[in-house]
Amino acid sequence: MNLTLKIWRQSGSSDKGRMVTYRVEDVSPDMSFLEMLDVLNERLILEGDDPVAFDHDCREGICGMCGMVINGVAHGEQRATTTCQLHMRHFEDGAVITIEPWRAAPFPVIKDLVVDRSSFDRIIQAGGFVSVPAGSAPDAHAVPVPKEDADAAFDAATCIGCGACVAACPNGSASLFTAAKITHLGLLPQGQPERDSRARAMVEQMDAEGFGGCTNTGECTAVCPKGIPFDTIARMNADYLRSASK
Amino acid sequence: MAVTGAVLVLFLLGHMLGNLKIFLGAGSFNHYADWLRTVGSPALPDRTLLTITEIVLVLAVALHMWAAVSLARRAAKARPVKYAAKRRSQAGGYATRTMRYGGVIIVLFVIWHLLDMTFGTVNPEGGDATPYDRMIAGFQPGRWWVGLFYLVAMVMIGLHLRHGLWSAFQSLGLTRRPRVRNALRAGAAVVSAVLVVGFVAAPVCIMIGVVK
Amino acid sequence: MKFRRRQQQEPVAPSPSPSPSSSVSLPVSPPRPGTYRTGEPIRDTKAPSGPVEDRWDTRRFQAKLVNPANKRKLTVIVVGTGLAGGSAAATLGELGYKVKSFCYQDSPRRAHSIAAQGGINAAKNYRGDGDSVYRLFYDTVKGGDFRARESNVYRLAQVSVNIIDQAVAQGVPFAREYGGLLDTRSFGGAQVSRTFYARGQTGQQLLLGAYQALERQIAAGTVEMHTRHEMLEIVVSGGRARGVVVRDMVTGEIETHLADAVVLATGGYGNVFFLSTNAKGCNTTAIWRAHKKGAYFGNPCFTQIHPTCIPVSGDYQSKLTLMSESLRNDGRVWVPLRKGDGRAPADIPEDERDYYLERIYPAFGNLVPRDIASRAAKNVCDEGRGVGPGGLGVYLDFADAIARLGRDAVEKKYGNLFEMYERITGENPYEVPMRIYPAVHYTMGGLWVDYDLQSTIPGLFVIGEANFSDHGANRLGASALMQGLADGYFVLPTTIGDYLAGAGAFGPVEEDDVAEARKAVQDRIDRLLSVNGTRTADSYHRELGRIMWDYCGMERTEESLRKALERIPELREEFWNNVKVPGDAEGLNQALERAGRVADFFELAELMCVDALHRTESCGGHFRAESQDADGEALRDDENFAYVAAWEWTPDGPVLHKEELDYEYVKMTQRSYK
Ligand SMILES: Cc1cc2nc3c(=O)[nH]c(=O)nc-3n(C[C@H](O)[C@H](O)[C@H](O)COP(=O)(O)OP(=O)(O)OC[C@H]3O[C@@H](n4cnc5c(N)ncnc54)[C@H](O)[C@@H]3O)c2cc1C
Ligand code: HEM
Ligand code: SF4
Ligand code: FES
Repeated sequence: MNLTLKIWRQSGSSDKGRMVTYRVEDVSPDMSFLEMLDVLNERLILEGDDPVAFDHDCREGICGMCGMVINGVAHGEQRATTTCQLHMRHFEDGAVITIEPWRAAPFPVIKDLVVDRSSFDRIIQAGGFVSVPAGSAPDAHAVPVPKEDADAAFDAATCIGCGACVAACPNGSASLFTAAKITHLGLLPQGQPERDSRARAMVEQMDAEGFGGCTNTGECTAVCPKGIPFDTIARMNADYLRSASK
Repeated sequence: MAVTGAVLVLFLLGHMLGNLKIFLGAGSFNHYADWLRTVGSPALPDRTLLTITEIVLVLAVALHMWAAVSLARRAAKARPVKYAAKRRSQAGGYATRTMRYGGVIIVLFVIWHLLDMTFGTVNPEGGDATPYDRMIAGFQPGRWWVGLFYLVAMVMIGLHLRHGLWSAFQSLGLTRRPRVRNALRAGAAVVSAVLVVGFVAAPVCIMIGVVK
Repeated sequence: MKFRRRQQQEPVAPSPSPSPSSSVSLPVSPPRPGTYRTGEPIRDTKAPSGPVEDRWDTRRFQAKLVNPANKRKLTVIVVGTGLAGGSAAATLGELGYKVKSFCYQDSPRRAHSIAAQGGINAAKNYRGDGDSVYRLFYDTVKGGDFRARESNVYRLAQVSVNIIDQAVAQGVPFAREYGGLLDTRSFGGAQVSRTFYARGQTGQQLLLGAYQALERQIAAGTVEMHTRHEMLEIVVSGGRARGVVVRDMVTGEIETHLADAVVLATGGYGNVFFLSTNAKGCNTTAIWRAHKKGAYFGNPCFTQIHPTCIPVSGDYQSKLTLMSESLRNDGRVWVPLRKGDGRAPADIPEDERDYYLERIYPAFGNLVPRDIASRAAKNVCDEGRGVGPGGLGVYLDFADAIARLGRDAVEKKYGNLFEMYERITGENPYEVPMRIYPAVHYTMGGLWVDYDLQSTIPGLFVIGEANFSDHGANRLGASALMQGLADGYFVLPTTIGDYLAGAGAFGPVEEDDVAEARKAVQDRIDRLLSVNGTRTADSYHRELGRIMWDYCGMERTEESLRKALERIPELREEFWNNVKVPGDAEGLNQALERAGRVADFFELAELMCVDALHRTESCGGHFRAESQDADGEALRDDENFAYVAAWEWTPDGPVLHKEELDYEYVKMTQRSYK
């Protein structure tokens, strides 16, 4: 296949950046999207150009490092798929593909398609944990957990922290990410003692980072590669209101 | 948002019930309108309830708009650089489109509606006619465009409410369990539909001449 | 059981390849590739003697304690935030040390541990199926083909139970049964059901647990986190590891961080093969730099190859994806009987198929251990009977399982794996048999450490996959997560205290030592940027990987290893003279990062081949074609090789130090799966 790529190029945080058009030829439909960019980059290097910077690591959809907005959709149009797991067979020969970084003030661009997502870490720092120093834990079977709760907690816990939810949200809200952690820990007995303070601290941190407010558009869940359910946000709101009313 | 929205929904429900009285005839409708003005009388001065309602409504609408605007401004601040490619909605895009643009249409409508029904400024019968007459006159077939505008606005309100209500449930954290969630989603749709039908019934019947 | 020790192993004869000449500050090959010298034997002096079950208790009691008030004044650098590094940094922070943590990703949560799928072993015996600490110990020593230390392995099995408690308390959502208790499964051919799991994402959930604990300490101010920082050199001063030199990958700045002790938890080096199941960024740089500063490298050639990965689809292939081994429970492995049979699988009648695992290993069939399954696949492909692009694949067929259990049952068990397969290959495994091929997966080798997890550089501790310690020549499934967390949560935080208790006498770090380390880093970067040749670092990496896979992969021979030892220095020489690294050292430069890693892989590759060449026996993941029994099974040579090969780096080539292994509890036996 032959493709035209329009890629956001920005040499650093102080550069204004622009879209640059590239042609790539002989793309195999079995390539992953990132492999297609690898091929482009190999060429750019040999031509003496600066290769396109993009984040990636595991290339199997679990580390959450990769992510770009492809033709206006975070991680591209294939559902429940990270950019690294997207394959070129989903594109047509001759297609024009625009590739942009996540866009959000709390995700400043570092270079090209690479953004700084440390705001997510700070949200977790605010309370996304159970305080249990190593060695202080009781036997794992001391507290049985209903399978249903464990499963629901797991569903929320599968968030990979990629940031697609923010990228896709018209409000630039980080609610799905924050809610996923609040839900994961809030559903388990181990998470109960800190449940209220966790919800409050994390929501406040999320707001302080400059993410937008949630208006329940559902765009986040739709692009989330892990299908984090929308009702996690309801749980976050409930926990937050509960803690605020105390 | 949710609180002010809820006030507006309650008002809309009351308002709609009142409007439906038109089917009980001019007497009943005018009597209701009159009652609105004189309730509590003589203990309270005339228009007490109405004034309170009006103040609450104006406040609610103002706060509601303020909340909407600040949400929008926060959103703009959260994404200072826009996407070059048109962001393609993966969730239907219904919610965002109806809420902000729909909201503006609704406000335009409310202004018109007040000028028409409350102050009578733009009503053929003028401000001194009875409410019933103003209503009948306002929706004469000859003024089809008024009716049409009204219809469009009501549908917008319906859409606005459907998402708004559902969104309010979500914002209050009521939608955690799948069963409750589905029930509330359906509930929001039903309430909105009832309101639209309820509001639309009177003008439509006037336009097609069932109510004269 | 004892073995006869041979004092001096004959050096492998020099091979006739030319020795590359490069400037002194840069990697130099030993004069004659493939040769080495034998030095003094090495011993683990930290493991207490006495009954194996008491050793860890004894050591914990013997270990000196650091006064709580002093802990605040002691700085520990932890490089790596995987299961090992993340849990260690968090725990050291909880204990009150000042911790500086580093990772090359943008968040500690993205370390490669996140990708582990299958599960984590622990001797909880919740099922009452006869498991015990002793049995896990026994299985691990045996599984490691008698090339791991009994003391270490026993401790690992002991500590395993605490890991599960810790993880559950942190909120790790392990799979549960309807009664609310933890579910377990049997994994990788174990006879007991001791593997705890969180669907197919156990590594992710465990890592997030450690990550959350780490973030908690960051918030508490005990841990200072440096993401997007790559460690490029270690600072050794006064004979002790006292700091690291790192590059801020965003600004390009070279920074020095000093400390009282340094912990490396930088993971495995499987990417020396270019294609592996490891994350793209996994590298050997941290441990290789430490190796060159004096840390011995243990058993570098011990590599694990996983039999069920999705095969390569083209030259552009950038990594390989693992498919859970559990697929072999119901899938049947086969290839066409006839060479070069180009027919679609469905058109090949039953009697023209070769279900070779079932044929050769009737007792275990498709469930033979990883290395056997891998080698068998390679053999049939070498015979020209492989399927798919390049003939490098075998079928894993679920047709029978679907007929027997129904499609729904198969979907319930393997649905997400099938989906993943389809996403990558575009083929529907319910209709067309899957294609699988072995891929490099794990490296048992790593920096040599003693019982305290301390390397041969005092003050340099190495944990997780980066060390060589507990898996011998072959790691059991679901044991890497266990080892990483055992090291990080429980072992290191105790043993490092014993070292730090003496910190008062360490003295200041010499400025010259810092300057030297910084200069080494700067020189390398400058050199890489200045070559300005005609090939990319990736293309060299690919070629190096190819050499390693072909000559030092699943099956090694003297001939193949010599070939590799000839090719690698040549290619390395070419790399240093012809690589093209664009851009400059300022700011984010991913091509520069990659080039630096490839440069280190070149040197490590050579050591791996030397190690593989010197170990003329087969054991665990190391299969020397010359050493097999009549059935083609790996044949150990306990008489000559029951030792850990700890390699010292010197400018004149590697020096071998042998650590003799004694087996007091588990009797050495040859395994047989026939
Ligand atoms: C696909 C796959 C599946 C697996 N499944 C299982 C399983 O089911 N069960 C099991 O027990 N094991 C499994 N394993 C093995 C297991 O995941 C790893 O061995 C283990 O997670 C390694 O953990 P670690 O903490 O040692 O290193 P990693 O998790 O690899 O962490 C390395 C850390 O070091 C940092 N780092 C590396 N180099 C540098 C540098 N130069 N400078 C700064 N930072 C650096 C990285 O940023 C990272 O934080 C699997 C492995 C793979 C590849
Ligand atoms: C300028 C005019 C208006 C604008 C811009 C506007 C905008 C909005 C927005 C953005 C929301 C929030 C949606 C969300 O949370 O997802 C909302 C909710 C709502 N609106 Fe409006 N609106 C307007 C007028 C009105 C009017 C006139 C009514 C009623 C007559 C109304 C009734 C509601 C209700 C009931 C809600 C639900 C409350 C909630 O979401 O929490 N709105 N509106
Ligand atoms: S909620 Fe989904 S989209 Fe958002 S960070 Fe987590 S995995 Fe990514
Ligand atoms: S690279 Fe890890 S999720 Fe895509």
